[in-house]
Amino acid sequence: MSDIIDVKNLTKRFGDFTAVDNISFGVMPQEIFAFLGPNGAGKSVTIKMLITLLKPTSGQAAVDGYDVVTHSADVRNAIGYVPQSISVDGTLTAYENLMLMARLYEVPRKERKTRIKEVLDFLGLGDHADSLVRTFSGGMIRKMEIGQAMLHRPHVLFLDEPTTGLDPIARQNVWQRVLELRKTFGITIFFSTQYMEEADLVADRVAIMNQGKIAVIGTVAELKAKTGKPDASLDDAFIYFTGNQLETSGNFREIRRARKTEQRLH
Amino acid sequence: MFNYIIKTISKSYILAEMEVRKLLHDPTELISRALQPILWLGIFGEALSKIRAIPTQGYTYLQFLTPGILTQSVVFVAIFYGLYIIMDRDTGILQKLLVTPTPRLALVWGRMISAGVRGLSQAIIIFLFALILRIQLHVTLWSLLGVFVIIMLGAGFFTGLSMIIASIVKTRERFMGIGQVITQPLFFASSAIYPISIMPHWLQVVANVNPLSYMVDGLRGLIITGNMVQLPFDILVLAVATLIISIISAWMYPKVVI
Repeated sequence: MSDIIDVKNLTKRFGDFTAVDNISFGVMPQEIFAFLGPNGAGKSVTIKMLITLLKPTSGQAAVDGYDVVTHSADVRNAIGYVPQSISVDGTLTAYENLMLMARLYEVPRKERKTRIKEVLDFLGLGDHADSLVRTFSGGMIRKMEIGQAMLHRPHVLFLDEPTTGLDPIARQNVWQRVLELRKTFGITIFFSTQYMEEADLVADRVAIMNQGKIAVIGTVAELKAKTGKPDASLDDAFIYFTGNQLETSGNFREIRRARKTEQRLH
Repeated sequence: MFNYIIKTISKSYILAEMEVRKLLHDPTELISRALQPILWLGIFGEALSKIRAIPTQGYTYLQFLTPGILTQSVVFVAIFYGLYIIMDRDTGILQKLLVTPTPRLALVWGRMISAGVRGLSQAIIIFLFALILRIQLHVTLWSLLGVFVIIMLGAGFFTGLSMIIASIVKTRERFMGIGQVITQPLFFASSAIYPISIMPHWLQVVANVNPLSYMVDGLRGLIITGNMVQLPFDILVLAVATLIISIISAWMYPKVVI
């Protein structure tokens, strides 16, 4: 089977700074693919190029068979995206938030209501359809966002640090839904995360990015084996491939944003 | 091309509808916004009309001032709309909207329409207050229709301008600073509170290219003097300016996410 995400020699420069440096990789259909790396490694920039928010400086990327630059409209129809920060509108109800997306994604008029009901039931939010989203808990908000991104039945779902700031129960809950999503609809899942144990738990394959390059790619077992340490954890693998940068990385804006998200989710 | 236009219009409507729903869920903002125009008319207007210092072509100063204050409150609503772009960028709503198959222009027009709706709600409050102050207005079905058109276009222009500023400055703090700096000169360099003819020459030049003056001029003809000779020209200027600015804005503001 051909890759549903196909990246070849992808590069993004901002002035003199090379954020993404000639990377190539592929993701197979229905795979759960984790994208790891320290802050500033180029994860976000790569995701932004894949979801058509940013144009590559050079190289190609195709999602669901469509080139992200020349066929951006087709790519947008084929994907769902859950940004890292909160992207539901707290001042609208759950139903209105979903209806907005259903209409923007051109879900046929006759199907909108049934799909919204389906999504709300699937997420266990059926009783909260008419509540304003700002009254929701962090886990409910994340589930709402996943709901918004699946209304149009995308083929690939991009999740940017979907569980940052959530408590363990909410995190488990969110992953449960995501795994069910793949099972029910055969969606390919591409996610980035800071939590190694999550990648360990749910991902079929993992890529670790460092300083704009893909440091390593493979199954979790393969990555652990490559460290050469007996019973290495994914944390060990991460440190091994990124050169222990966890402590010094992350600029002010990113950290402020992550903290803010955490505050708002609690 | 035709399909693109239909799609743009229908999606603008969807986005504007959601903005209006937000407003209906929490209308306190509308009430607090009503305070400023009431102060201008009730205190500034009442005081200045006593001294008769400003030539107002046979109308009372309060009559002269009403379209100016109406314009001011519409423009002040619209000029801070860029802030929503920055807030939506910070929360991730903007990124999500940009990833949907929605024309960039629709995201701009959606905002413009919703600013227009807020502007209209201001108009209703100002009209009611004018009634209380017994300011004589020339109100017919046609003049109200004209007021509607001018408010929508004017709100659209300043919303577009605001979105362009937001996509250049990119942070809330800088945006607030610039917003404060440009609103006052826009207001004072227009025919809102005194006629252009009493200004020094250089200021007249500024006032004549200020879209705010065209709003005031159009509204003054519609609800005070009943003289509509200038109206088609005012509307044309506002429509062309709004169209140009919405295209520039649609091109620029997606860059705010980078």
